[in-house]
Amino acid sequence: MNDKPVNHRAWFMVLPVVALVAFSAALPLMTVVNYSVQDTFGNNQFFWAGADWFEKTLTDPRIHNAFLRQILFSSIILAIEVPLGVFIALNMPKKGVWASACLILMALPLLIPWNVVGTIWQIFGRVDIGLLGRTLAGLGIDYNYTQNPIDAWVTIIVMDVWHWTSLVALLAYAGLRSIPDAYYQAAKIDQASRWAVFRYIELPKMKGVLLIAILLRFMDSFMIYTEPFVVTGGGPGNSTTLLSIDLVKMALGQFDLGPAAAFSIIYFLVILLLSWVFYTVMTAEDAKESKR
Amino acid sequence: MAKITLSGLAHSYLPHPKGPKDYALKRIDHEWEDGAAYALLGPSGCGKTTLLNMISGLLQPSEGRIFFGATDVTDMATAERNIAQVFQFPVVYDTMTVYENLAFPLRNRGVRGEAADARVREIARMIGMDDRLNDKARGLTADAKQKISLGRGMVRNDVNAILFDEPLTVIDPHMKWELRTQLKALHRQFGHTMIYVTHDQTEALTFADKVVVMTEGEVVQIGTPAELFERPAHTFVGYFIGSPGMNLLPAQVEGSVARIPAGEVALGAAYPALSGEVEIGIRPEFIRVTGDGLPVRIRRVEDVGRHKIVRADLADRAIDIMVPEGAEIPAEPRVRFEPEAINVYADGWRVAPGGEREAA
Repeated sequence: MNDKPVNHRAWFMVLPVVALVAFSAALPLMTVVNYSVQDTFGNNQFFWAGADWFEKTLTDPRIHNAFLRQILFSSIILAIEVPLGVFIALNMPKKGVWASACLILMALPLLIPWNVVGTIWQIFGRVDIGLLGRTLAGLGIDYNYTQNPIDAWVTIIVMDVWHWTSLVALLAYAGLRSIPDAYYQAAKIDQASRWAVFRYIELPKMKGVLLIAILLRFMDSFMIYTEPFVVTGGGPGNSTTLLSIDLVKMALGQFDLGPAAAFSIIYFLVILLLSWVFYTVMTAEDAKESKR
Repeated sequence: MAKITLSGLAHSYLPHPKGPKDYALKRIDHEWEDGAAYALLGPSGCGKTTLLNMISGLLQPSEGRIFFGATDVTDMATAERNIAQVFQFPVVYDTMTVYENLAFPLRNRGVRGEAADARVREIARMIGMDDRLNDKARGLTADAKQKISLGRGMVRNDVNAILFDEPLTVIDPHMKWELRTQLKALHRQFGHTMIYVTHDQTEALTFADKVVVMTEGEVVQIGTPAELFERPAHTFVGYFIGSPGMNLLPAQVEGSVARIPAGEVALGAAYPALSGEVEIGIRPEFIRVTGDGLPVRIRRVEDVGRHKIVRADLADRAIDIMVPEGAEIPAEPRVRFEPEAINVYADGWRVAPGGEREAA
């Protein structure tokens, strides 16, 4: 090991990447850090505020509520999208024209821009002109997402399920397709039930892609902004004000740069932490096994 | 356990097969004796896996019937046929332990409690895994996984036959020998009917009582390893089995003499007049390099350890000769064929001395 030549000029080779990352990530993040520890009363004059904004953010009931709503939202959509996606993947055709047709159909919602998705559902759900809203009203169901918080929640959850279940389904499908036929044949010979095939063959083989699906869906749903903003704008009241909607209100609506910056950093750390926890918990079993 | 009868069995992957070329497996009529070890031997794509999958029920034959004993199983599902199969790539249930893997087929059939436990432990002992029952199957080596696949098959005591689909493909060479020996021992001990698909002649010849040689969807010979070696029924068997394979020389046969371009060769028996393309076949083991006989030109001598392989030209025809290690090769080499070891072929099929063509 020691006879390797040491040449510190090699560091120049990584300089372009360092510069790029600095401009794209580190510097913007630092301005946020900068705002988060200072206060201003305009005129571009800043005063040192220390950890005040962080304390305020952490104790602010408004942010607590947004945080709880966010947890609830992410939990609900994960609880629906993951099982539903797996179920769809299990029932998709394995090959032929229909397999391709299904794949394209499934991929369609993923290709629609977020604000378009929001607009689609905003119109779809309207009681006066929307297909869904009018139909429900016609059936005598009292549905109005602009006034009833429950209706608003149902609407944004159904919208997210419609938009993103495909992602889980496609990933699960890819996992399923990678299982060699011999496994199914062996299961037939062993007289395994359909449930046993799922539990002992399909689920273990899908574990890797499902882990990715859950992580992606968790991170994405935890940061969701555009669709609920377009549909409900965080209302009625604050009932659908999720974390990022609240953050934008604070930063751009009220122009509270300091608190918003502290909020941003905490938000970022929470996502990082939760993703890490998810990943660690879900891969812990593998690590335990490989140590044997 | 049961005798397996294949009656007029054929398969084509095309919906409307027209000629014999459309068949992945051409018509086969055969009985597989109860408790015997068979090997299906042939090059890739010869239809041996197709045949195996029809026996296991993973593939529905387009023609013919399959019987286990007296029962027609052609339309039965795989699960009902009570067969076991070991696949090319080890199939184990990753998340289960070795014990759970072995117990799985029993649990699915509603066998539980002490009877199941005793059976699982017995099988684990047989396959030499009884000290690793609590290990997760995922972390095991390929050969251990194949043992579990085999054990899962044998754990049911009513199994009709155990099928092997090139089970040693992913096994390290030094473990292959051990697994094969173990397989043989298990077969002797328990007497399951075993059908072993392989393209490796060593595996087939060492494992099986009877070897079924296939090529292009056709069974060309079923016989003991000795029969395949001494009396290949088809020129394909001649050169596919043996290392190197049989030498084939175009010839004109008159009585007990064969005329080849290099000269005349005495045969072990007299043959009637033959039509079609006539060849004589002689294995490299039965050619002697001597001072008299037919002159050859030696191109190359390969020393493979216990013996040498001489690549030579016999009047423009390349032949292989096997000579013992340390044997002297004369300066002007000539060869003699052992008359008893010469087989005569017409249109590829062996002609019995004084008799008819043979067919599989």
